[in-house]
Amino acid sequence: MSLAAPTLRKTALFDLHERQGARIVPFAGWAMPVQYRGIVEEHHAVRRRAGVFDVSHMGRLFVAGAGAAPLLRSALTYDVASLPEGRGHYTLLCNEDGGIIDDPYVYRLDAQRFLLVGNAANAARDRELVAAHVRPDMDAELLDRQEQTVMLAVQGPAAEAYVARLLGPPAAAIETRACTELPFMGTKLFVSRTGYTGEDGFELVASVEAGRAIWRQLVADGVEPCGLGARDTLRLEAALPLWGHDIDETTGPYEAGLGWVVSLDDGADFTGRTALARIKQAGATRRLTCLRATGRGVVRDGCPVLHGGEPVGAVTSGGYSPTLATSIAMAYLPLALAREGTELAVDVRGRALPVVVVKRPFVRGTPPRPPTP
Amino acid sequence: MPSPDDRRYSKEHEWLKQQGETAYIGITDYAQDQLGDVVYVDLPEAGATITQFEKMGEIESVKAVSELFAPASGDVLMANEEVVQKPELVNSDPLGAGWLLQVRLSDPSQLEALLTAQQYDDFIAAAAKDEAVGP
Repeated sequence: MSLAAPTLRKTALFDLHERQGARIVPFAGWAMPVQYRGIVEEHHAVRRRAGVFDVSHMGRLFVAGAGAAPLLRSALTYDVASLPEGRGHYTLLCNEDGGIIDDPYVYRLDAQRFLLVGNAANAARDRELVAAHVRPDMDAELLDRQEQTVMLAVQGPAAEAYVARLLGPPAAAIETRACTELPFMGTKLFVSRTGYTGEDGFELVASVEAGRAIWRQLVADGVEPCGLGARDTLRLEAALPLWGHDIDETTGPYEAGLGWVVSLDDGADFTGRTALARIKQAGATRRLTCLRATGRGVVRDGCPVLHGGEPVGAVTSGGYSPTLATSIAMAYLPLALAREGTELAVDVRGRALPVVVVKRPFVRGTPPRPPTP
Repeated sequence: MPSPDDRRYSKEHEWLKQQGETAYIGITDYAQDQLGDVVYVDLPEAGATITQFEKMGEIESVKAVSELFAPASGDVLMANEEVVQKPELVNSDPLGAGWLLQVRLSDPSQLEALLTAQQYDDFIAAAAKDEAVGP
């Protein structure tokens, strides 16, 4: 018996990536570029100048109508109903037990229109979960725009200068976590000042044609094309959790340090509320903790964390930090061991690599500045 | 670029360059390209014994860890301390300054079990062809 290889989806920029010499890997059902010139080079480009990522594999669900706000409020942990127009916020979709089904970003374009950007692996499920909250008397329409649009992330201290050159001063004027729509090539372009690298930057949702033109222009202007490899090293340095690794349905918001995206005070009933209120009351017993290697070697996902030779947790994300030139990792640890300065070890294939608990994030972003040659 | 024919190659992508009774060992240009940015090498110390086609160490890139296999048996004379300190040398000069070990060969006839440059280049060309079937 043989099973046919699953067909991987390709983004509308796939041919451009291939022409750019990208190395393509399967990721969450998509054929995605993992690197172009090299992960470390792309990583440094984003920390020092600017890089552009094709993130079209991410879910893009527009929710429109007078019922959009109450609909999303019943699905999401964050009080999206009080989100001002033109603002975005990190949020969670939880199950009834308070476990994290996905960690989408939600944007409010205007009073009656929202955009929900979720993980590629969860896009279909996010849509179904939101749809399950629609009531017959609710004026709310769900528009899945993953196929019709391209999504790009332009990140780095010089991102503002490059985006302004392309889209004009209104784009540069967008504040952190704000969003707007701008005219571009006869279409409407969604622009937000958000990202997943710890640096200043923008995320764009465009028609396929406009998205391809923007990618080409940014690369021609000197913005570094970056793959999923650098996206992962950058987000790990910023200590941003990755769903499926640091958070999933078996972990809750409070132990992951994400209590700030759970709104209980507005009294709204959303999926997981009862469990989350109880967990908050009881207090988390472990915490997602940042570890920095003090010896040579690379900590990887799944490695046991040791205290006095005994396992006390497991690494949920581990890797090499190009900025710090050492290995860094995150792991859930008992509160008593999650204190800054605590010395622990990680079992790397039988070898105990010394690590120390450090504050999050590992690396802070650079203030915006013009591109340097 | 064809692999230089001054040395032999293994199917695990190590090279071995003989100089009398001693030999230098490293990984091929194809291997460093596949690995991507090398950030850590774990090599046996001087005095250790390595056995042909058995694990002799580890090499880590940003992406993943890979095992290093000995292309021939022998005693380790020296690990390349410069590469231990600057693993990126494996990427920038895999066949030269990025060498990993100097060893005293215990049985130079073992080299006959290794590939010539031409055989190795054919081997990776076939591997690249297999890979292209992917997505």
